[in-house]
Amino acid sequence: MKIAIASGKGGTGKTFVSTNLLWVAAQKGIDCLLADCDAEEPNVAEFLAGEEDRVVEVYQLVPVIDPGKCTFFGKCYEYCSYNAILYLPERKMIQVLPDLCHDCGACSYACQAGAITEHPKLLGRVKHATYGAGQQLVEGRAEVGVYSPVPVITRAIHEAGERELVLLDSPPGISCPFIATVDRADYVVLVTEPTPFGLHDLQLSAATVRQLGKPFGVVVNRAGLGNNEIYRWMEQESIPLLLKIPFDREVARIYAEGGLPAAVDGSYREMFSLLLTQIVEQHIS
Amino acid sequence: MRQIVIISGKGGTGKTSLSAALATMGEQLMVADCDVDAANLHLLLEPTDHSTHPFSTGSKAVIDQQLCTQCGACMDACRFDAIRYHEDRYTISETSCDGCRLCMRICPADAISMIESNGSYWTTGTFRNGWMVNARLAPGEENSGKLVNVVREQSRQLSERMGLETILIDGPPGTGCPAISAMSGTDLALLVTEPSRSGFHDLRRVKQLADGFGIPSVVVINKYDLNEQVASEIATWCRNKNLPLIGRIPFEPAVVESMLQCRTVVEWAPRSAAAGEIAAIHRHIFQSK
Repeated sequence: MKIAIASGKGGTGKTFVSTNLLWVAAQKGIDCLLADCDAEEPNVAEFLAGEEDRVVEVYQLVPVIDPGKCTFFGKCYEYCSYNAILYLPERKMIQVLPDLCHDCGACSYACQAGAITEHPKLLGRVKHATYGAGQQLVEGRAEVGVYSPVPVITRAIHEAGERELVLLDSPPGISCPFIATVDRADYVVLVTEPTPFGLHDLQLSAATVRQLGKPFGVVVNRAGLGNNEIYRWMEQESIPLLLKIPFDREVARIYAEGGLPAAVDGSYREMFSLLLTQIVEQHIS
Repeated sequence: MRQIVIISGKGGTGKTSLSAALATMGEQLMVADCDVDAANLHLLLEPTDHSTHPFSTGSKAVIDQQLCTQCGACMDACRFDAIRYHEDRYTISETSCDGCRLCMRICPADAISMIESNGSYWTTGTFRNGWMVNARLAPGEENSGKLVNVVREQSRQLSERMGLETILIDGPPGTGCPAISAMSGTDLALLVTEPSRSGFHDLRRVKQLADGFGIPSVVVINKYDLNEQVASEIATWCRNKNLPLIGRIPFEPAVVESMLQCRTVVEWAPRSAAAGEIAAIHRHIFQSK
């Protein structure tokens, strides 16, 4: 099964939850893998240093117009919804602006003169790595400045394959990259904080996950720091509370240095085991 | 007019809490919330909305089931995997559709049309220390960089009309298109970071971005006492880069308490160490014009 660990916003503890959850699952002998889908800012590898096995490159197709064959009819320009074709018919000039191209193929379809061919452009890489006792990591990393990380994310999820447990560390926000990740999960864990900011972001992400029709539950991180509004709201909405992780300065310190609390502290190991059990139960029910 | 952007590589570093605190001190100013994907500043500043304007993020394709002959040409052509065949009908997933219109052009039965996505909007209003422009991107939408540009432009026009000297911009996370839109053409970038490995990593990326635009930057370490070792490494890095480190805000319950009261820490707990440090940051950026 695939579980996405997501939140409306960055900094709530998604990577903290997914890395510790993976560690606990691997200890239990579950065939598991963690896919870092935050392709714009992948951070998982800072906590799990592994041996790189192989790298897959992700490309999009970018059209190239052959001016020798082009009849300057302009249909490709008309069909492009992204202003990615520069067209000056009086000067017999036509050119693709690759940074604006979304790889939709409309221009190739439009061209009657056979003047358009499509060439690959590197969007990013998906890296496979193994560390520790055979634990698997897949990381999507988009090239800086590409229009959308979505093709890299979907490829990373594809590369993760089918296993007993695939954890997807989702990108922040509620726009396309988040949707691309959560849409491919069987269950979604939303990580939040018990503050007005946390509640506001949770309300937005819960609405989005509901729209996608995915079952979900909530992990409240840094519990005890804020107030109880978030629990009241979840109760009203019948959203399951999967786990409360108390705020702990020591854990913040371990994590800041790149350590995994579940690996060094029995109470955290227990906490994340409980979370795993809760997710499996919620998913089945 | 002076534009100051508050930015960090990643979310959760305290940009919004700091923006709100700086916005409620000193002279009247304009605040632009450019985190259009997850805007939170209005929770602390509680603006009174004066006007709300829809923002179109593009369009999505829909199939008229009456006209559809189920030939499947649209599904074959779609490169976004947005068209599915299920229970004897073709449907378009709104969240996957990229609005390229290829399916509409290909359909031999003219069964596909485009509808505009206008669930997003931007608003202007006043708060207790000036004016505010903010926005909300509908879930699953893209074009957040464009919406950020709208917020920037509207805040600039309104500041001119109202005679406001300063625009304070609360930036979006990341180093992608929305962050670039929030940062371009500003006079100063205030980089907020946290003392962690990933925070430091993101600080370096966002500094590169500011340098690329030729914008002078200063650094604030938030929650610096959560890991003093990493905080001092960041301080050394700043010194070597000749990058002014203008504040170290301690981790204090007062910061969270004030947020729970929907107030900024300088308003709710003016005697706290965090408020004192923020006052010094305020002096540094507003009095060194």
